[in-house]
Amino acid sequence: MTKLIIILLSAVFINNYVLSRFLGICPFLGVSKKLDSAVGMSLAVIFVMMLATAATYPIQYYLLTPNGLGYLQTIVFILVIAALVQLVEIVLKKYIPSLHKSLGVYLPLITTNCAVLGVTILNITESYTFLEAMVNSLGSGLGFFLAMVMFSGVRSKIEGADIPESFKGLPVTLVAASITSLSFLGFGGVIENMFA
Amino acid sequence: MNKLQNLSKGLIKENPVLVLVLGTCPTLATSTSVSNALGMGAAATIVLICSNIVISALRKVIPDKVRIPCYIVLIAGFVTMVQMLVKAFAPALDKSLGIFLPLIVVNCIILGRAEMFANKNTVADSAVDAIGMGAGFTLALVLMATIREVFGNGTFLGFEIPVLVDTKISILTMAPGGFFVFGILIAAVNKFGKHKPKKKDFGCAGCPQAAVCGKAAGDCAGNEAEVSA
Repeated sequence: MTKLIIILLSAVFINNYVLSRFLGICPFLGVSKKLDSAVGMSLAVIFVMMLATAATYPIQYYLLTPNGLGYLQTIVFILVIAALVQLVEIVLKKYIPSLHKSLGVYLPLITTNCAVLGVTILNITESYTFLEAMVNSLGSGLGFFLAMVMFSGVRSKIEGADIPESFKGLPVTLVAASITSLSFLGFGGVIENMFA
Repeated sequence: MNKLQNLSKGLIKENPVLVLVLGTCPTLATSTSVSNALGMGAAATIVLICSNIVISALRKVIPDKVRIPCYIVLIAGFVTMVQMLVKAFAPALDKSLGIFLPLIVVNCIILGRAEMFANKNTVADSAVDAIGMGAGFTLALVLMATIREVFGNGTFLGFEIPVLVDTKISILTMAPGGFFVFGILIAAVNKFGKHKPKKKDFGCAGCPQAAVCGKAAGDCAGNEAEVSA
């Protein structure tokens, strides 16, 4: 149980996907301008990350590894994720239109998001058990959510600031991301010591 | 456009990282040291050249509706090959690039060039374009890695630099330093870059996901260059 909590908290704070592992930077910079779209995008990421892990983990251990096909991991995972996202979109559209309305537009964007493919591959390389892998995906998704929501707040402050011409747009956003990421460095070592 | 222009535009005028702002994740993550940057640049360039050539050769065969899945499968195939080669011949590089080697599959530069260039141009032009873009990616990575390694670690390609090694700014090699150096470099390009590329050349129009992206709460309109999946 302690191990699961450590995995969850480390994934959210210490190894934050966006701010310390540099996965999923594009949506982080692109969709964080407004709070509501940042929340929508992050919820979709959490959902797809867990779903993708639940789908790819058994494929790796029951299909690829026993048959010596481990080298097909990259191709199989990206295809499974792409197909899965399409399927989920169709199912949501038909049966839960309200959820589709709020998450739907973000789903296709996530297909080629490196955070989702990243979490499924990392779960295998870290040789987690199925439960640990699911917890890790949940934590990674929550970490993404936290970073997105925090950063959309930071960006709304930048909006009104007086910035030099050449720093307008992306450069100032990156510098702000740097400071946000600096604050996450403070979590290093905290989680391990909590349970030591 | 002649071949020379095709080759050189990727280097400076349309540099994929600093001007088009594609492939930010590997740029930030693997620019901690010059050797990593060279390895990542070479791996991505090889994948880009192979995928551009094959996609351009098959551009009349692949049906328009399923082109993106086709491209992804082709790219994933080449990435797997590169992954196996690196594992076999440069295990140290495989270890330090880690997750970012398989993640070349979802690198926007490769899918972006397939969509923007290879599916409309001849095989030879696409190959030249891929070499230029790959070199531009590598150049930007090495530039960033040089700044981060020289000032952050006091070394260059592992060799110690006398004065700087005593005054390391270690934060530069960590995550915040990555964002910071990247931000400063893009600001420098904005300041000194003479050629303002037309917005419609890249960003949303060129993004393979432009169709779905437009629906995403109008985020795209405001920062075209930033939304690149």
